[in-house]
Amino acid sequence: MRIVTLVKYVPDATAYRSFAADNTTDRAGVDGLLSELDEYAVEEALKIAEAGDGVEVVALTVGPAGADAALKKALQMGAGAAVHVVDDALHGSDALATARVLAAAIGKIGSVDLVLTGMASTDGGMSVVPAMLAELLRWAQVGFVGELSVSGSLVTARRDGDTASETIEAGLPAIVAVTDQINEPRYPSFKGIMAAKKKPVQTWGLADLDLDPATVGLGAAWSVVREVVKRPERAAGMVVTDEGDGGVRLAEFLADQKFI
Amino acid sequence: MAEILVLVDHVDGQVRKTTLELLTLAARAGEPAAVFLGSGYGAARDTLGAHGAGKVYVVEAGEFEQFLVVPKAEALAHIASSSGAAGVLVTSSPEGKEIAARLAVKLGSGVITDAVDVAADLSTTQSVFAGGYTVTAAVTTGTPVITVKPNAVTPEPAPATPVEEKVAVAFTAAATRARIVDRAPRAATGRPELTEASIVVSGGRGTGGDFAPVEALADALGAAVGASRAAVDLGWYPHAYQVGQTGKTVSPQLYLAAGISGAIQHRAGMQTSKTIVVVNKDPEAPIFAMADFGVVGDLHTVLPQATAEIEKRKG
Repeated sequence: MRIVTLVKYVPDATAYRSFAADNTTDRAGVDGLLSELDEYAVEEALKIAEAGDGVEVVALTVGPAGADAALKKALQMGAGAAVHVVDDALHGSDALATARVLAAAIGKIGSVDLVLTGMASTDGGMSVVPAMLAELLRWAQVGFVGELSVSGSLVTARRDGDTASETIEAGLPAIVAVTDQINEPRYPSFKGIMAAKKKPVQTWGLADLDLDPATVGLGAAWSVVREVVKRPERAAGMVVTDEGDGGVRLAEFLADQKFI
Repeated sequence: MAEILVLVDHVDGQVRKTTLELLTLAARAGEPAAVFLGSGYGAARDTLGAHGAGKVYVVEAGEFEQFLVVPKAEALAHIASSSGAAGVLVTSSPEGKEIAARLAVKLGSGVITDAVDVAADLSTTQSVFAGGYTVTAAVTTGTPVITVKPNAVTPEPAPATPVEEKVAVAFTAAATRARIVDRAPRAATGRPELTEASIVVSGGRGTGGDFAPVEALADALGAAVGASRAAVDLGWYPHAYQVGQTGKTVSPQLYLAAGISGAIQHRAGMQTSKTIVVVNKDPEAPIFAMADFGVVGDLHTVLPQATAEIEKRKG
């Protein structure tokens, strides 16, 4: 069985994030790292690999030169191999172009049974790539999964929605996007960090995937960001210290603001 | 004017408030046309008509309840193509985003997610990077597919008599690949839905695991209850109520954070709230920087006192 985990290299959410002059996410001026939510997908893949025989875990990213840091983290955690799709023409690609590149890379990796990824990236946060990928590959897809098991050629997943908790069965091959409720990602061990240095990382460009550069990138995006405005800092409010009447003063504020 | 399709979010015909918000937004850009998938249309008809749905496409098929997402995306794509609609609005929920993603691929259209406003030309406003930036964007190819966050607009009454069109859809093999084998409705709390509520009261690590004061204040205010990731990870409150990057994003009129320090993870989920009130023992908690009103104090005494005072004022 071969599992591909999609790992995205994102600007650190705790750093100062901003936009480049062309209104794309600034990926150069900020430290990047493996999107935290994708760590859960890597962990889940490793758990499935550890529980079964002959399960191979390949980490896949589409991103700029620095994105190999996300792959490195996945390899240190325990993935066996990695693929980095990098090409200058990819800059500014929208979600659909990204999904097309991922679909082509998954095709080239070959014999993939299961694709695991996080429920969203921590930068764009659209949550649409797994479903787009499924649409392109014509595979089954289950998103926002909090519990997963794989048995034979069947995946069983629990998904907690707004109104109900659902149990879903899908045949392989399938794409599953997991939430942060599914597991507790491991930290790379010293042994894992050392072993990662010897693991294979393949680097592919668009030509390796037979993709036309004109179909990806900012120019080919099907939506456009017209304007980016920094949100004004919230004006400082009033802070009082509770001296036995904190609750009453809170209620007074709410009454003044017509919330009561 | 061309039709703007609104996918109705409902449970057995009980229409969720977000759908009414979408109908209000759709009226800005064209003729609002609702798409009702599944059973229970009879219960939804009057509500949809009262909020401006001049047309309703109804597709009744068991597949919507038996299989995940894909039958809905296929039905919506069929109607979007045949109606010549100028745009499609879907609620920004996990399911809504998956439907929108597939629809965009099927239609060959651009997609925008998590809009907090939609203009007459279908350009959108989004709040990104944990609320740090406001982005104006537009779809440039195909029929714009837009997912809209709850509370983007106040639903406006706009009485219409819906013209109903029953649509039959032939599903593909792809529609039946992910089967729903069990569905357990979430136990009703009697409180408003978290993402739809106009007031949210949330508790964090500072509750020490006791959410009773948070729930009591929420009930006095008619509010939904939320929780920080710390409180959820500690097992104190269910994940369905988590506010933050990995939970729900809320944008209520009033957000009250009790015992929550205000990590970026949490701020990402509530930064666009209109009014923010904070109760925290630690005067250095970063969340105070966002507060319109803050009380430095123990939530276990401040919240019950506030609840009692609110009950007194309500009479």
